[in-house]
Amino acid sequence: MGNSVLILGIGNVLWADEGFGVRCVERMAARWSFPDTVTVLDGGTQGLYLLPFLEAADSLIVFDAIDYGLRPGTMKTVEGDEVPSFLGAKKMSLHQTGFQEVIATARLMEYCPENLFLIGCQPEELEDFGGGLRDVTAAQIDPAISIALDKLKDWGITPVPGHGDDSLLADRAILRDAYETGRPSEQEACRTGDDRFFPEGA
Amino acid sequence: MVIQTPNGYALDNSGQRIVVDPVTRIEGHMRCEVNVDEQGVIRNAVSTGTMWRGLEVILKGRDPRDAWAFTERICGVCTGTHALTSVRAVEDALGITIPDNANSIRNIMQLNLEIHDHVVHFYHLHALDWVNPINALKADPKATSELQQAVSPSHPMSSPGYFRDVQNRLKKFVESGQLGLFKNGYWDNPAYLLPPEADLMATTHYLEALDLQKEIVKVHTIFGGKNPHPNWLVGGVPCPINVDGVGSVGAINMERLNLVSSIIDKCHEFNVNVYLPDVKAIGGFYKNWLYGGGLSSQACLAYGDIPEIANDFSAENLHLPRGAIIDGDLSKVHDVDQRDPEQVQEFVDHSWYTYGEPGKGLHPWDGITEPQYELGPNAKGTKTNIEELDEAGKYSWIKAPRWRGHAMEVGPLARYVVGYAKGHEDIKDQVDRFLGDMGLPLEAVFSTLGRTAARALESEYCGRLQRHFFDKLVQNIKNGDSTTANVEKWDPSTWPKEAIGVGATEAPRGALGHWIRIKDGRIENYQCVVPTTWNGSPRDTKGNIGAFEASLMNTPMARPEEPVEILRTLHSFDPCLACSTHVMSPDGDELADVKVR
Repeated sequence: MGNSVLILGIGNVLWADEGFGVRCVERMAARWSFPDTVTVLDGGTQGLYLLPFLEAADSLIVFDAIDYGLRPGTMKTVEGDEVPSFLGAKKMSLHQTGFQEVIATARLMEYCPENLFLIGCQPEELEDFGGGLRDVTAAQIDPAISIALDKLKDWGITPVPGHGDDSLLADRAILRDAYETGRPSEQEACRTGDDRFFPEGA
Repeated sequence: MVIQTPNGYALDNSGQRIVVDPVTRIEGHMRCEVNVDEQGVIRNAVSTGTMWRGLEVILKGRDPRDAWAFTERICGVCTGTHALTSVRAVEDALGITIPDNANSIRNIMQLNLEIHDHVVHFYHLHALDWVNPINALKADPKATSELQQAVSPSHPMSSPGYFRDVQNRLKKFVESGQLGLFKNGYWDNPAYLLPPEADLMATTHYLEALDLQKEIVKVHTIFGGKNPHPNWLVGGVPCPINVDGVGSVGAINMERLNLVSSIIDKCHEFNVNVYLPDVKAIGGFYKNWLYGGGLSSQACLAYGDIPEIANDFSAENLHLPRGAIIDGDLSKVHDVDQRDPEQVQEFVDHSWYTYGEPGKGLHPWDGITEPQYELGPNAKGTKTNIEELDEAGKYSWIKAPRWRGHAMEVGPLARYVVGYAKGHEDIKDQVDRFLGDMGLPLEAVFSTLGRTAARALESEYCGRLQRHFFDKLVQNIKNGDSTTANVEKWDPSTWPKEAIGVGATEAPRGALGHWIRIKDGRIENYQCVVPTTWNGSPRDTKGNIGAFEASLMNTPMARPEEPVEILRTLHSFDPCLACSTHVMSPDGDELADVKVR
């Protein structure tokens, strides 16, 4: 196999814990510098735009917030053929439909990466528009990165400490600190959704 | 009971109620309910965005120069067009002009997005409403090759062996149980009319379009620094130009410009040799299915886009037309002014918001986004599990924007109707030739197929415009101008204490506007009125139905429990609910849950 690796964070940073995957790749690039064969990418909620990156990769690591119905903050990893079906198990938002289809499309085009590895974290809160990561989820960023580093080691890749390539990550205005500290107050900006998502209000 | 709407529809909700939730193969989440009569014809239509929308409120207090980065994140498709609209709104508020090169580069990027979106929409989101990939497995590759050569003699990929290979690949994929992409179909529904050879040809182009779209996005990577989520800049574009530079990171040099040029050529070839011939060939089999016109013959709105001269947004200077048509009168195209408080207004009487008093319409500069979730008295189910909506009450997270009180259709068809009515030469020529080739009268454009055809024609036209702006850019650089940004007013100390601005674009799916209020260097209010807010709007105070609802009226369904016809027409708008509402599905099931009540 080739040794080109794509490290991808997906999810929407605007919806609280949904941003977990994106925040993982952000911190990973801030702490580690990888060889040229490794690409670190913030995939957001994009679909087909991600295909060229999948085509170029032999192995894929995906960070994502996934609702497994477990205790918030619980980590779960999934490998190989189970990855697409896990992404489709319960869709919290459109990006998972999107990403499941991206993998299906890459397979149809016969260029899906050979190795798939999903690092998921059970979110605590998603229905908080404009919010940041909850503490219990944020606390899993470092453990998630360790899992990824172990997997990379298995694949023969060793990063060096220090700031890595962040050219494919979010604009500084929505990096985690700027985004979370610049949030308007609850009085100014309604944060809640409707009763279907807040049954206690029904 | 039959209700007559002011915009000309007789709504009868006494027949069997069909609920489609969610409507799939779109961005975001949407629900649709219709009543059909005993013959299966739709006599009442209710479209609803099922998620709370809240982008505007999270921008309060932020730096206006950063707004584009947030707006890029609301959607899984049109990231760049929101960013462009956002920087235009800020520039308008602060009186910032952009250099000529920035205008050309922004136009190339915006046109690139139009082409990418139209191609992807047709082949990957919409074609499956007309094309049956499972039926393609029955096709004779030799007959498919003959069909391909007949519909598009210039397309080189047409040998029997090529189609046999694709068919085998498709077979392998379907047999592996990974129906995935194709599992959401009603493949034995009599609404599918293509012979297997046409199905195989179109499915083959589904794959070719996947290869092409990877090329198209490179243009965004070159000018925006990266894709997804290209970079934007208030005052211009963030990429420096250094034509003699070799390997200079991020700068635009000749090598990159040549790559852009070759991609523009590839897109043009695809539009001319594949996309347009496919729309004609597939459309030919559905010529008698001219439903779905809705408001397109009555009320169309376009803001216009693609300014020839930088910073001039007058209608005459825009390549994509601006104007409004109302009351079905194509002889008069009204000018549109997004600043006029009497023109664009949003109503919320049937939306899950409140303005404090009923019947009020607000111009976006004065817009309020305050939720009020309540069901009408005749809704069935509970607030957490709605079985049936009551359209007489509040029923959608989408507001109801109106232009001088009229419900309007926006999008490629609206742009083409406005352009045709204005006598826009390129548009008129394309439409007349297309109708001539198809042997159809002008009225045929007011249909679901017309919407689909307008998108294909526009994709081709956008390709020509892209070439024009590329040449203009290169010429300007050769003349010694490499300026791409104006940073004179970058520093907030140069700004007025208070300012208001509006940014308008034609997103692939229609007129898009961002309205901004800036106070003390920060965002005080931000309102987006997106294309799907126009098209997917619920009823307004007076009872006018929106474009989605109108388009479904009077359509016969072959099998009401398999809503192919509903999906076909809704998909023809390329709906994007992600930005017209906020995504918050409690449990998004892949397959549409269709309930017949």
